[in-house]
Amino acid sequence: MTTPTPAAAPAAGKKVNRINLELATYRGGKTTLCAGCGHNAISERIVEAYFEMGVAPERVIKLSGIGCSSKSPAYFLGGSHGFNSVHGRMPAVATGAALANRHLMPIGVSGDGDTGAIGAGQFVHLMRRNIPLIYIVENNGCYGLTKGQLSPTADLGSKLKNGVVNDLPPMDLCALAIQLGATFVARSFSGDKKQLSALLKAAIAHKGTVLLDVISPCVTFNDHEGSTKSYAYVKDHDEALGEITFVPFFEDISVDYEEGSSTEVKMHDGSRVFLKKLDAKYNPQDKLAAITLLHETAARGEFATGLLYIEPDRPSFIDLLNVVDTPLSMLSEAQTRPGPEALEEIMERLR
Amino acid sequence: MSSESVTQELPARPAATEIVNDFSIQVATVNGSGSQTANLVLIRSLFQMGIPVSGKNLFPSNIAGLPTWYTIRANRHGYIGRKKEIDLLVAMNPETAREDALALDAGAAVVYDEPLKLNEVRSDLVFYPVPFDELVKPICPDAKLRRLVRNMIYDGVLSKLLGIEMAEMEKALTRQLGKKAKAVALNQAALAAGYAYAEQHLPKRDGLRVERMDKTRGKILIEANAAVAIGAMMAGVTVVTWYPITPSSTVCETLIDYMKKYRVDKASGKATFAIVQAEDELASIGMALGAGWAGARSMTATSGPGISLMSEFTGLAYYTEVPAVIVNVQRLGPSTGLPTRTAQGDILSTAVLSHGDTKHIMLIPSSAEECYELTMQAFDLAERFQTPVFVMTDLDLGMNTWMADSFRYPDKPFDRGKRLDAETLKTLGDWGRYLDVDGDGIAWRTVPGDGLPAYFNRGSGHNARGQYSERADDYTANVDRLAKKFETARQWVPAEVADDQPGADVAILAYGTTHWAAEEARDQLKSEAGLTTSYMRLRAYPFTEAVERFIDRYTRVYVVEQNRDAQMLSLLKLDLTPGQVGKLRSVVYYSGLPIDARTISDEILAQEREAK
Repeated sequence: MTTPTPAAAPAAGKKVNRINLELATYRGGKTTLCAGCGHNAISERIVEAYFEMGVAPERVIKLSGIGCSSKSPAYFLGGSHGFNSVHGRMPAVATGAALANRHLMPIGVSGDGDTGAIGAGQFVHLMRRNIPLIYIVENNGCYGLTKGQLSPTADLGSKLKNGVVNDLPPMDLCALAIQLGATFVARSFSGDKKQLSALLKAAIAHKGTVLLDVISPCVTFNDHEGSTKSYAYVKDHDEALGEITFVPFFEDISVDYEEGSSTEVKMHDGSRVFLKKLDAKYNPQDKLAAITLLHETAARGEFATGLLYIEPDRPSFIDLLNVVDTPLSMLSEAQTRPGPEALEEIMERLR
Repeated sequence: MSSESVTQELPARPAATEIVNDFSIQVATVNGSGSQTANLVLIRSLFQMGIPVSGKNLFPSNIAGLPTWYTIRANRHGYIGRKKEIDLLVAMNPETAREDALALDAGAAVVYDEPLKLNEVRSDLVFYPVPFDELVKPICPDAKLRRLVRNMIYDGVLSKLLGIEMAEMEKALTRQLGKKAKAVALNQAALAAGYAYAEQHLPKRDGLRVERMDKTRGKILIEANAAVAIGAMMAGVTVVTWYPITPSSTVCETLIDYMKKYRVDKASGKATFAIVQAEDELASIGMALGAGWAGARSMTATSGPGISLMSEFTGLAYYTEVPAVIVNVQRLGPSTGLPTRTAQGDILSTAVLSHGDTKHIMLIPSSAEECYELTMQAFDLAERFQTPVFVMTDLDLGMNTWMADSFRYPDKPFDRGKRLDAETLKTLGDWGRYLDVDGDGIAWRTVPGDGLPAYFNRGSGHNARGQYSERADDYTANVDRLAKKFETARQWVPAEVADDQPGADVAILAYGTTHWAAEEARDQLKSEAGLTTSYMRLRAYPFTEAVERFIDRYTRVYVVEQNRDAQMLSLLKLDLTPGQVGKLRSVVYYSGLPIDARTISDEILAQEREAK
């Protein structure tokens, strides 16, 4: 995930990143989502994270399914290619694109319905494969674009605006992802700027699949009393899993924490994640601990947020396929059409 | 072939009539009993003797225990379609033996397992009882292997009865079993035992005989799913995604074998491809499209149920203009249907797959050679037209054994279509993803990672610059351009193949595997009823203009196909004038067996009598 640094000097007076680009370069079109929608805040954090990490926009591809959340890739990274696909099937499209060009950095945005309902099958298999992809679920517990129906992440007993009470248990996408073998699983809240920024930057540094479940309240259909995905409820029940600090590989910052007060995770590209004020017993590389934590907090009606689980060095699906370094999409005819002797050998075996 | 005459076979022929290199053998066994080796040895030894052959496996959707039939046709004229009548039955399956024997025409020969006592079922057949269990015991001491070796005995019996050279059988056997010396020795002993038994106990009483010819020199025997795989590899496919389904699985399974052998970079040991078994067909098409959008040559292969699942994504690819090759190895029926039987039943639904106004390019091979060539061409067309291209084969073509000419090495470079580069961008000056700058309906595209301008690929309404739009004029302009693009495709798809006969009033239109039976039926019509027919074989949708001109030249045109609802005829109607439509007649066949010539010639003659 290294990005070459251009030789040109930064333009005077403008804040630029390590590849000499301004923040504005990372912005997208004007949002058409509701004012106050949590998704807009997430888009902002995405813009900042790619800017701060100094990622070249042409290396990023943005993908989505269908729904309010899936509209949002149009609102960040305007210089990157985007693919707004069909409902619940972004994982397949992202997988295909990642296979075609292993040097691309895919980010997918989905929603709780797009992921947990119509897209549950593809979500499950994506988590198993460890494709290099940041998969963000903008989780608001309802279907916004079709006017507020319940989604599979709505909590038991959570009430819709029209009084309908959810009587089915919710899907915990983080617990599911960990169980399925995902290598980076985190939960955050669209209103927690600091935590979400750190997690997004760590996600960019990760080499496999990242599941980032972001509670993102729907101001229009699910922000009332009785909802467990409202701003008020989430603020009251957010149980942050320590304070997270991300230090990218290109920044030589020494972080001094008091012995035993911080857990350090070294990422594949050399970046580091520091988890401060973390419960001393919690190890983010312990699957069972992560799943236990998710169950315990859910039982208390709370959201555990932060970096829940990480496995920094597992080979990605593309590594397992042992594919050439040149993107498959850029291979020439000479590299992909076997010669006449190959065809003749095949024919001879059939004669 | 149409110029050659056909030897007319009488329904009940005298035993003494000699018939050389023109018969079909049906072997009835139980699925999973290892009869495949014996059958392949049989067909291959005929092939090695220079006799045109075809092999068709009629098998159940089951792994072991249900009845299965393998039919080998040897034909000196080169007819390789299915023959309706069975001339020689090898009855090994107690479950079906009686029914199999009752289905034969009088005078047919039957080699059967002696305890089945088929000679008591009817008296007008030529019976050759063979005590298989007794013969297998001394040559195969291991009781567990006997079930497998037993089948090779009938090959030995047929070698003697039909005059198939034993040396060719042994050669075919060695080829089939490779280096497994113990298995080769066991099976050779079985061949010899069958031959010896026939020599001592089975005096020849039927007229079937083979004679060495020279009609297979340089040819290959292949299941056409493998031909599709070779075509895809030679087309430089880089991303292959699939989900197992009969009858298409062997397309990708064969492709995996070939790619591992021929598409691994020698210097690095790394693959120039990615092949992924997806979780379902929704995912396999989605991955293929993600890869196609990102600039790779991508494909998937499936059959009817998979095609149904791919419907939504196909519409997305059509509307957002993403290339991919989709191989549809058609099988019989709606729903699960009969998964191991053949049909041309997805023609209409695939042509317009997905909701809204959609139209797709379909390439329709008839032979193994064309499976190879048209699959290669499909990749060029998919990129040229930036759209999914369907290769429409069927189970008969894909899973049965076909004689074919050796494949020719491609003489044309890849056509990557309008993929923008920096130079072209300069020339164009202004670029928009869906701007029709050349007037052919095809816009220039960029791909992620090429460093050129990016765009947002969206299945929602978009304008010529790829921006979100719900404007009526943007929508209609866009879909009208897509229609224009489809019109342009008429000049690029493989043209129909026509055979206009002087003086003919009647013509036949066919496509895919129906071709083989249609050609043979034309010869039957001419030699038996004096009816000369012209012929056109369709190879693609959209049709070229030649189809209309062809129809204009004749009074009646029989569209022959393997589905119930005359699907291709329905597609033709969309393009034709009422006058042209009035000339069309339909001949359909949809039992799940490959269509045979007799069915076609009988039906055309019946309709001709009505027409006059």
